[in-house]
Amino acid sequence: MAEADVLARLVGFGRELRRLGLPVGTGRILTFCRAAAVLAPLDPASLYWAGRASLISRPEDVEVYDRAFERWFAAAGPGEGAGLVVPGSPPPDGDGVREEPPEVEVEVGGRAAAWRPAEEGAEPEGEASVRLVASAAEVLRTKSFEALTEEERARTAWLIRDLELRLPERRTRRLRPDPRSGRFDVRRTLRRAVRTHGEPFHRAWRSRGSRTRPLVLVLDVSGSMAPYSRALLQFAFAAMAAGRKVEAFCFGTRLTRVTRTLRTRDPDRALREVGRLVEDWEGGTRIGESLRALLDGWSQRAALRGAVVVLCSDGLERGDPELLRRQMERLHRLAHRVVWVNPLKGSPRYEPLARGMAAALPSVDVFLPGHNLASLEELAGVLAG
Amino acid sequence: MEELQEALRREHYLADRGLATAIFLAVSLDKPLLLEGEAGVGKTEVAKVLASLLGRRLIRLQCYEGIDASQALYEWNYSRQLIAARAMEAERAEAHVEDLFGPEFLLERPLLAAIRAGAGAVLLVDELDRADDEFEAFLLEILSEFAVTIPEIGPVVAPEPPAVVVTSNRTRELHDALKRRCLYHWIDHPSLEREVEIIELRAPGVSRTLAREVARAVARLREMDVAKRPGVAETIDWANALAFLGVEHLDGEVAAATLGAVLKDHEDQELARARLGELIEEAGAGEDG
Repeated sequence: MAEADVLARLVGFGRELRRLGLPVGTGRILTFCRAAAVLAPLDPASLYWAGRASLISRPEDVEVYDRAFERWFAAAGPGEGAGLVVPGSPPPDGDGVREEPPEVEVEVGGRAAAWRPAEEGAEPEGEASVRLVASAAEVLRTKSFEALTEEERARTAWLIRDLELRLPERRTRRLRPDPRSGRFDVRRTLRRAVRTHGEPFHRAWRSRGSRTRPLVLVLDVSGSMAPYSRALLQFAFAAMAAGRKVEAFCFGTRLTRVTRTLRTRDPDRALREVGRLVEDWEGGTRIGESLRALLDGWSQRAALRGAVVVLCSDGLERGDPELLRRQMERLHRLAHRVVWVNPLKGSPRYEPLARGMAAALPSVDVFLPGHNLASLEELAGVLAG
Repeated sequence: MEELQEALRREHYLADRGLATAIFLAVSLDKPLLLEGEAGVGKTEVAKVLASLLGRRLIRLQCYEGIDASQALYEWNYSRQLIAARAMEAERAEAHVEDLFGPEFLLERPLLAAIRAGAGAVLLVDELDRADDEFEAFLLEILSEFAVTIPEIGPVVAPEPPAVVVTSNRTRELHDALKRRCLYHWIDHPSLEREVEIIELRAPGVSRTLAREVARAVARLREMDVAKRPGVAETIDWANALAFLGVEHLDGEVAAATLGAVLKDHEDQELARARLGELIEEAGAGEDG
């Protein structure tokens, strides 16, 4: 086979991976080609490992890589010297028809948009209407999400999104220049001393800085939480603006990460996407299992360590409460603070008797309701503290 | 490739095909090798073995939170400079500022050492995920140029870049720019047979039977619902501990007493103790059959 053909196949494979959504840039493809050249004569195993080392850099991507490799170099017969053969047919453009996920409605868009111009348009009409809006907002603040009409729900959505969240800070180990006080900075002092003929007149100091803690939101979207989960998702969207290290997860029977989906500018689209992503929308609840998935799979990467973790769930666990208790203990040891938001707590008669809730409660630092706007504001306040 | 695997084995390191390929490519293409994997799968060991294999000096930079350029690259020995300056003054000698910034006042840190050593060194940047993002950006700069300019002395350039091994426990995701520059390999827990081989290689005092039992028991432990899955290092420790006690066969009593060598989490230990019988039975089962 001509050399140019081999090169084209190698580059084509890199581009195929890119098409499948892996971050494969030209630099990586170049490395891949150089690697293939170094390893020549190539056998399939060398080619496979050369690609794995140079084209991908996340264990999650291995699966996609494997499948693409299989397809792309499929027809490579053992007899071929280079082990690189044009596959029998060009790879199909997709894996058949993508299964369309069940339509889930996370409605905010149309109605919210209809309400917004009204608010803006109300302005020139004088103070009266402003007051009207304000008092309406006041009613909305204390009305349970469950009891909201569709229109009110849309309005609340806007109010939640406008909530401003601040995250708590922690002291870092790294020292930064500090004009006032702290530890003596010999390096900078002596640098300054050069200007004054070696006499250290101007002393420099440095001290430890601070950095915002990560925030992890874990939202229950099971059936029993349906009246609240939309509002909580709005809250999660607002929280995304609070810092770089914010992660959001949804769970019913299994855990889904929704951080990336929520990190867009268009909230309506983000929420629709989340609806599509979360497969078990409004199904049962397995809090313990989901937490374990979070702790096993994400404790390292989502930086649960030292984080503020907010769990939103009614605690009606279908699984084993003992499992939930153990996972909550793990979480509590790892996180800086565990906040449990339970909409049922909004009812004055509520007592945390559900087995799941009772099991989890000892590991919870702050237990809040989250059934209306006022309580979400309270939550925002707790997070900053 | 087989040759490299064989050479690594002589250095008491068992690498599978993928890791061997990655190491080979890193050395031939002069690219840093980024190794990720759970704790205790032998990431750091790769650098050590590579250094002794190539007959190079190993320069290790252990990362930690708050590490900065003065701890990684170089720093002036200020106290010595001060004393020298005072001494010059006292002797009324012709004082030249340049004299104060000579090589004898320079404290060499790992990165500068690696640049100076060039191809004569293997640079190990250990647990990069512990350092903060700013340091990662700084390291990226060094890794792409292998040159640094010290204002008072001038540029220091590596004639040929050293071999670089970067390890990460993945407590956070490293930046893409850095990953792009590196070759990547994810080290997984070894297969059962390989782990037996590793024990035999690294813990020569352990009998074959015991090695098998230990490897099987550890493999079973990893499948259990433990918070911290034991790594290869723990397996070797455990095998060594058992051999030291003069044990030939893994049984419930000894296993319970030495469990601390493999499981370092209280809850995990309790879980394993509760299912110890099952564990021992399975570990020994392969021998009879």
